[in-house]
Amino acid sequence: MSVVAGETARPAKTRRRKVSLTLVAGCIILAASLFLAFFPSLVAPYDPDAFDYNALLQAPTWAHPFGTDNYGRDMLSRVIHAYTIDMQIAFFATIVPVIVGTFVGAIVGYLGGVTEAIFGRIVDAIVTFPFLVLVIAIVSVLGPGLVNMYIAVGIIDWVFYGRLTASEIKVQKRLDYADAGRVMGYKPMRIIFRHLLPNAYTPSLVYWMTDMALAILLGSSLGYLGLGAQPPAAEWGVLIADGKNFMTTAWWISVFPGIAIVITGLGFSLLGDGVADLLRTKR
Amino acid sequence: MSLLSFVFRRVLQMIPTIIFILVVTFVLVRLLPGDPASTMLGERARAADVARINDQLGLNRSIMVQFFYFVRNVVTGNLGTSISLRVPVAGLIADRLPVTMLLTLMAALIALVFAVPLAFLAAIKPRGTADTVVRGAFQVGLSMPVFYVGLVLLIVFAAGLRWFPVGGYGDTFVQHLYHLFLPAVTLALSLSAVLMRNLRAAIIGVIGAEYVDFARAKGLKSRLIMTRHVLRNALISTVTLFGLQIGVLLSGAVITETVFAIPGAGRLMIDSIYGRDYPVIQGLTIALAVVVSLIFLATDIVQAWLDPRVAR
Repeated sequence: MSVVAGETARPAKTRRRKVSLTLVAGCIILAASLFLAFFPSLVAPYDPDAFDYNALLQAPTWAHPFGTDNYGRDMLSRVIHAYTIDMQIAFFATIVPVIVGTFVGAIVGYLGGVTEAIFGRIVDAIVTFPFLVLVIAIVSVLGPGLVNMYIAVGIIDWVFYGRLTASEIKVQKRLDYADAGRVMGYKPMRIIFRHLLPNAYTPSLVYWMTDMALAILLGSSLGYLGLGAQPPAAEWGVLIADGKNFMTTAWWISVFPGIAIVITGLGFSLLGDGVADLLRTKR
Repeated sequence: MSLLSFVFRRVLQMIPTIIFILVVTFVLVRLLPGDPASTMLGERARAADVARINDQLGLNRSIMVQFFYFVRNVVTGNLGTSISLRVPVAGLIADRLPVTMLLTLMAALIALVFAVPLAFLAAIKPRGTADTVVRGAFQVGLSMPVFYVGLVLLIVFAAGLRWFPVGGYGDTFVQHLYHLFLPAVTLALSLSAVLMRNLRAAIIGVIGAEYVDFARAKGLKSRLIMTRHVLRNALISTVTLFGLQIGVLLSGAVITETVFAIPGAGRLMIDSIYGRDYPVIQGLTIALAVVVSLIFLATDIVQAWLDPRVAR
């Protein structure tokens, strides 16, 4: 947006930050998803696990907007109840990597030198493993299930946050205020966590949004393969796997859970882009 | 000389990575409940066989010696014997890995065919209609799980329209390509979204550069400017990203092969997990990681060739 000379008389108006549509859309989608995750029973019309042998494999109707599966379970209710598990996956799979990665990255970025070289080798080695292959290998050793999936993701995922934070800290530590802290005689830990990190966490935060979407994709992929959430739990990947044998006759069993994944993933990406824009204009 | 010494240095850098890969896979199997020998031989192992395996792998020796034995076996291509299929793991991998590599290669090519023209279309007028539509479509593509895309394509193009086979791999090379087309498109979708986003940003950055203005000022044809000046420079960061994404692509291949019933390494991995066939899981993990690190090496060399500054 170009600012003509005459307009500078009203700086308040030109400077006002525009909240992007992206951010609003992302917030709305995620707020709705969180609501469904916490209160699925308020919205779902049926019990997600109730069999109804009079309504097997029914196509979408007003009574069952998403149809029913081969046990007569209402797919809308199952998709809604799956929000609880899938939003949990988004959060619990990523929260430990975010914290550990940011913490380690901050220290590594500040110390530099040998520590950074060692960290760099670890990062290289971990990204060399195809992510899913390593997660699958770890889950195969620990056994299927969500907690083991969190452990497997946690072992790998922190390096991405570490790398992002380290490179940002490396920029920040050369700035004058960091020197000022050192001149004041502050301990390195105080400089890192009180002064540098508040200016260096943005990339990690933005990546976290994307990562939560990735966690849902991973969680549902493992669910689909039978290595994540275990049936009869309603989880989108498990639901899609349930329906895959009926794809030609009852497409709705698999299609609607997939749409839920896409919308939720979209919500996280939009929020991530929106937050990135917001924090970029702030600088 | 500089490119050659760069390649040499880069190959040396692979050594710690390979050691790390071996350590991780070694530790992974040691984490299993029960002793490795009975795990490798399955539940109905005879005591004599367990003793033989223990001796062969040095399992009655210290952990360092065990690791040494393990490395020696891997280096000589002895990855053990599959519990369920009763054949050497190395041969099994040699059988299945080419299928996965062909699938990955096809997906990578298809992703490029999608991404490059669309990135140009979007970058020529940023925030224009084409840009918004292309980016919106790819945002949706990125949020779709691979197995879901695969199932939908399978239903529409294989079961519905009958343009493609529902699964399998075929017998001749042409049949392979035909059978792998739909799975490759499935895999390519999310990769092309990632590449498109990066390439678009890179093109926008390069188009504003002074040497592009200069090329235009000296009257070069627009197409020549785009291919020789803009694309070559915009590709540098995209090549790096492309290499980094190969791991993601191989991960996707594991799922795609399961959805389309393709007899590749990914399908073998999943089957081995269901069958608790740990020697195969271990061997595949090593093989796939080594493949990825070789591809990283190749992309670094291509990047150095595209941009001689990298090699310095």
